Parts: sequence; C-alpha cells; structure tokens
Amino acid sequence: MNGEARGSAIAFDATTVRYPDATRDAISQITFDVAPGEFVVLLGASGSGKSTLLRTVNRLVEPTGGRVLIDGADASTMDPTTLRRGIGYAIQGVGLFAHMTVAANIAIVPELLGWPRERIAERVDELLALVDLDPQRYRTRRPASLSGGEAQRVGVARAIAAEPRVLLMDEPFGAVDPIVRASLQRELLEIVARITTTVLFVTHDVREALHLADKIAILRDGRLVQFGAKNDIRDRPADRGVADLMSLAT
Amino acid sequence: MTYLATHLGSVGALTLAHLALVGVSLCAACALALPAGVAIAYRPRLATAVLALLGAVYTIPSLALLALLVPLLGLGRAPAFVALVLYAQFILVRNVVTALRGVPPAQRDAAVGLGFSPRQRLLRVELPLAFPVILGGVRLAAVSMIAIATLAAYVDGGGLGTLIFRGFALQNTDLVIAGALPSALLAIAADASLRALERAVRV
Ligand SMILES: Nc1ncnc2c1ncn2[C@@H]1O[C@H](COP(=O)(O)OP(=O)(O)OP(=O)(O)O)[C@@H](O)[C@H]1O
Ligand SMILES: [Mg+2]
Repeated sequence: MNGEARGSAIAFDATTVRYPDATRDAISQITFDVAPGEFVVLLGASGSGKSTLLRTVNRLVEPTGGRVLIDGADASTMDPTTLRRGIGYAIQGVGLFAHMTVAANIAIVPELLGWPRERIAERVDELLALVDLDPQRYRTRRPASLSGGEAQRVGVARAIAAEPRVLLMDEPFGAVDPIVRASLQRELLEIVARITTTVLFVTHDVREALHLADKIAILRDGRLVQFGAKNDIRDRPADRGVADLMSLAT
Repeated sequence: MTYLATHLGSVGALTLAHLALVGVSLCAACALALPAGVAIAYRPRLATAVLALLGAVYTIPSLALLALLVPLLGLGRAPAFVALVLYAQFILVRNVVTALRGVPPAQRDAAVGLGFSPRQRLLRVELPLAFPVILGGVRLAAVSMIAIATLAAYVDGGGLGTLIFRGFALQNTDLVIAGALPSALLAIAADASLRALERAVRV
C-alpha cells in the first residue's frame, strides 16, 4: 500500500491510536487511501473511533503506531501549525469564537495565511453567500445570536475559507433538523464540487453517508470493517453488522 | 461624623494614599498572577500544588503576616505592599485557572485545528474568552485589598487605617468612623465599577 499511497491525498498506513491510560486502542491498524478530490465518509457507532481517526490527519491526535501520509509525506514530519492551516476543519460543536463576529470567524485562516485585507473581506462575503447567508445581515452578527443551523453554516464557511486541499468534517450537521440538514448537505456537495477538495466526513447517519459519499469507511470498535465505493458496500456488505447498518437507510 | 466634616482635606489625602497603596499592589498582583495562572491552568497536578500553597498563605491572619514581614522589610509601605500582593495571589491565580479551564472545549479544539500557534491561541482565543471571569477575580481581590489595607497603618504604612488605629487608641469613635466610612465607600465604588466593566466585556 505504500506504492498506492504515492498518488493519494490522504493515506492511513496501519494507523493506531491508544490514548494515555487506556486499556485498548481507540483505533487499531487502520489502512486505506483517499484519492485527491474524493469524498470519503467515516461511518460507525458512537465510540468506534471516527473522530480519533479524523483528528490524526491534522495532528490533533498523534498516532501511537503506523503513519498518516498527506500527499505522500508523513504528517508527523510536518510543522503542525502549517499543516493545519492547509486543512479545513469543521466540528459538531461548531466552536465559533464567541467574542468575534461572524466575519472575523470566517476570516481566521486567510488572516493566519497573511492574505491582504481587501481580499479577505471579499472572500468573507463570497463565502456567506455560498452558504446561503446574506452578507449584509450576517457579517457583524455574534455567534450567540445565530440559530444552530446558521452557526453550522458559518462553521462550514470558516472551514473552507482558504480553499483547503483537504477538508475534515466531524458531524458538522449534527444539531440541525432534517430539513435544514438536507439543504446543508446539498450546499456542501455544490461547494466541494466547486473548490475540488478531498473530504473526510464523519457521521453515524447511514442516510447522510450514502447521500454524500464517493466511498465509505466503516469502523467498529476501532477497526476498519469495510472500505469501498458506497454502492459496493450497500450491495456487498462485508458482514452481518454492515448489512444491518445499511438496512437502516431504507 | 464631626471629625470627618472638619478634616475633609486630611481624610481625603489619607483616602488617596489608601487608594494608591491598593492600586499599586493590585497591579503588581495581577502582573504576577496572570502568567502564573496561564502557566499552571493546563497542568492539573502543578495547579493543585500551587493553589494549595497560595491557599495556605491566604489563611495566615493579615495582622500576623504583616508582623512577620516587618523584620524582613522594616516599617512603612513595603510590608503592607508585599502582604497585599501575597493575599491577592490566591484569589487571582485561582480565577485565572478557572477562567481558562472554562473556555468551551469546542472553541479550544477549533482554535488548534484551524492552525493558531499556541501563543496566538492564548492571546486571541483563550484569554479574551476567559477575560470576564478573570475580571471577576480582580474585583474580589480589589474589594478585599481595600479592607486589608487599613492594617497597613499598624506597620506605619499610612492610609485610612491611620485614623482607625488612632481612634482605637484614643477611644474616639468619630476617628474610627472617619477611617472606616471612606474605606467602605472605596470598596463599594471599586465593586460597582469593576462589575460594570465585567458586564461590558461579557460576550
Ligand atoms: N481524549 C481522549 N482520551 C481518552 N480516550 C478517548 C479520548 N477521546 C476518545 N477516547 C476514546 O476513544 C474511543 C473512540 O472515540 P472517538 O471519539 O474517536 O469515537 P467516535 O466514533 O467519534 O464516537 P462519537 O460518534 O460518539 O463521536 C472511545 O472509546 C473514547 O472513549
Ligand atoms: Mg466523534
């Protein structure tokens, strides 16, 4: 698989994480490749290791075994701050900074990357429009005044602000109702098609996975149970558990 | 109240001296407590040890602490200054630690994940979010320092305590009130203005 890793945007190579004081691995010997521009969904029950695996990519968690390769290079050899500025990151808790306006939140990564002021201002308005929020009305709002769905849109805008090559999304639409969720999913697909980015997306919603994914990685108790194109997984589940999971979508 | 009415000028001067002692001590105390709090906030074992030590200092009776400092520092404002700074450390450091630990995990996680350096994260995310709680500690410290500073007079440190101690020695209630009343008013004013500031910066 090291040969295959050459052309991959992200490659997990026997990636293993055991948290300090834990008695078992949170993720164990995970190996698969993600091609540039691919949309891969990590699917699994609560505690199966989805967030842990995702967070090894931007080094919020360091593997205790194996490697993570980004564009063929070992992530552990890169400067973490530089690495993270090139990777979009959106999380379920959203984590918008409460003391900053919506515009300031979205502007963070471009600012850290030293974009000129005018270009940042233009980009913020462009992104707000992209996630279907009127720039005039939302630019100067504070996160506390946003609805859950609006906050998640802003979180997505912040994650994609600097057109990252890799986008990590950890249940970014967790806290919204099905209708808003469907429209957020539609917007996300349009956006990633436009900026051509590689996406790792965590969910435990099978329907969401089948809607968004090119490929799906199924995790159970920290192990990779099956990885493949979504149709293959739906039509040829690796075991009874995966078959049961897929049946939830119908 | 007659003493207060006839000696407004000298009481005013003592009030200013009192305020100056508290102000300088409070600034010095904050300058120590903020970096100390930042340094220990995410190191639980160290934080427990440091806070236990500061808590022990805090339980020493103020008068005893002053008396212990005189042989080292002599009479005057120096022992009062050091005692006030030491007292305030427990309140201030504990509040800085609480405030930083109270930063919502999602916001801290996002700050790391978006690529802030540790220093940028502290200055641009953690401290601004922690600021209202830290300010609450400053308010508590200011109010108790204004009261404790009346003991400075006991070591020739000046301030409103001068009137209280003299009134006590002469059994002159008027004098005691002339010292105590402005001190209480100072405390109330400090509490109210810092509270207003807290409300203004709350997000
Ligand atoms: N910081 C941590 N320290 C210790 N153990 C952790 C830590 N984070 C996660 N774990 C453990 O690692 C395992 C995997 O957790 P992880 O958060 O990756 O699961 P998940 O699939 O994202 O779950 P969920 O769907 O609930 O978010 C769990 O058993 C969890 O308790
Ligand atoms: Mg998770």
